[in-house]
Amino acid sequence: MSLKEIEENIVEEFSDFDEWLDKYEYIIELGKSLEAFPEDKKTDERLIKGCQSRVWLDYSKKDGKIEFTADSDAIITKGIISLLIRIYSGRTPEEILGSDFSVVERIGLRENLSPTRANGLVSMIDRIREVARQEL
Amino acid sequence: MTVKEARELFPELSRKIYGKQLVYFDNAASSLRPSPVVQRYSGLASYSTSNIHRAVHMIAGEATDAYEEARGEVSKFINAGSREEIVFTSGVTMALNLVADCFSRTFIKPGDEIIVTESEHHSNLVPWQVAAERCGATLRFLKVDECGRLQVEDLDELLGERTRLVAVAHISNVLGLVNPVAEIISIAHSKGVPVLVDGAQGIVHEKVDVKDLDCDFYAFSGHKMYAATGTGVLYAKKEWLDKMPPFLYGGEMVGTVTLEKTTFAPLPMKFEAGTQNYTAIPTFKEAIDISKLLKDNELTLYNKATEEYLYDKLTSIDGLRLYGVPRGTEDRKVPVFSFTIEGVHHEDLALILDKMGIAVRSGQMCAEPLMNRYGVTGMLRASLAPYNTMEEAEYFIASLKKAKGMLL
Repeated sequence: MSLKEIEENIVEEFSDFDEWLDKYEYIIELGKSLEAFPEDKKTDERLIKGCQSRVWLDYSKKDGKIEFTADSDAIITKGIISLLIRIYSGRTPEEILGSDFSVVERIGLRENLSPTRANGLVSMIDRIREVARQEL
Repeated sequence: MTVKEARELFPELSRKIYGKQLVYFDNAASSLRPSPVVQRYSGLASYSTSNIHRAVHMIAGEATDAYEEARGEVSKFINAGSREEIVFTSGVTMALNLVADCFSRTFIKPGDEIIVTESEHHSNLVPWQVAAERCGATLRFLKVDECGRLQVEDLDELLGERTRLVAVAHISNVLGLVNPVAEIISIAHSKGVPVLVDGAQGIVHEKVDVKDLDCDFYAFSGHKMYAATGTGVLYAKKEWLDKMPPFLYGGEMVGTVTLEKTTFAPLPMKFEAGTQNYTAIPTFKEAIDISKLLKDNELTLYNKATEEYLYDKLTSIDGLRLYGVPRGTEDRKVPVFSFTIEGVHHEDLALILDKMGIAVRSGQMCAEPLMNRYGVTGMLRASLAPYNTMEEAEYFIASLKKAKGMLL
């Protein structure tokens, strides 16, 4: 499936929720099922410091594709991370840089997250972009 | 006054958030704005836009009167010795920075010491760190115990020959316990050390009488006590204002100016350089009226019952730890409830509560050293005002339990 197709799938999945709490319940489930990030990898170099929750992002390159792993101490952030990983992990730098990252907005998350939190999310997206640029 | 009557003063309470009735429990950050304050502000912004203290024309005169009337009202409200002791600022942060800067420039020398507490808001810590560094002075810290009570018994030992000032919050914005400031002031004064009180929360919940308290400085913001935002007050004993140099330099704070030298205006203008927030400052008058109105006996009894309900319910939730726990009747706690729930992140809770229509604060609450003291990255804080209802408290507890269930 292409990056674009996965984005469309996610937008489709989120369009099923009428209630905010249902949407959150789904994100929390995603957060809980995100593969554990080893504690010893939670270093300052991998830390993206938000105002409230902490996010750790790590990556490796295999066959020209970037694999992302990430974690957060907050479960909702973790759920959003899981969505980002689903979209951007295992992609080539070109594919990642070709995305407009509007999916977060399209599933209605950015506008409903507090500004400080949205900033954390923005930092996370910026970091993914930065990694893709480095690995071009 | 009934809570229903109180609520009618605050139009924002009728807002719907994500289709749910707003429950505003973030009052320690900012109170809601009552209609009389909004009307006054709007009236001044529309019809009294001329700068104060300068021109002789009618509009400027009216604006000046409105501004100076507020000074009189604030002075009476906290029982200051005179209007000269009331300096208007943009908020409590500016007031605290003013003292840290001006006091230290005159009175703090290398090797001196300043005492602050471990539970201070960053606004009453960082300016002192910077001042101490600039002056070659050292900060010393009054600690809190596990329950959040200031360890006042250590103060005597902390106060030394070189102590120049004690800076302490009247009420911590996290712990909600009323600090024994009168006792602190009396101990410090017995050694000739002045005391600054950060009254950001204190002015909201306590009856403040600066003469009775005998504090040297008392600082607070308007926006937490129903006035327009961008307003603050520094009360200081005249002797300190006389001895301290100005904070900012510019228009309207001068006596005579030649190209080489300037003399400064008398108090309080010496500390009010440049154009003041003369649209917002006059709303202190309406805000003070509302503050007094909301201290009505019937309403206070109702509020007490709501607070007790919240305290009991919160402390009986499994895994919940409340910070700022009063010891029997010896300590007084205001309705500021900061807590953590084991295994649940404060930000997750706040996000879910928001979707339920509940506004609470989450994070470090501008008191990072206190978060470190308790080994947490943040807390959730529910803070109430007299217009909050028992029904809201019940809904909050039910919602909190539901959110906890979703997250665990």
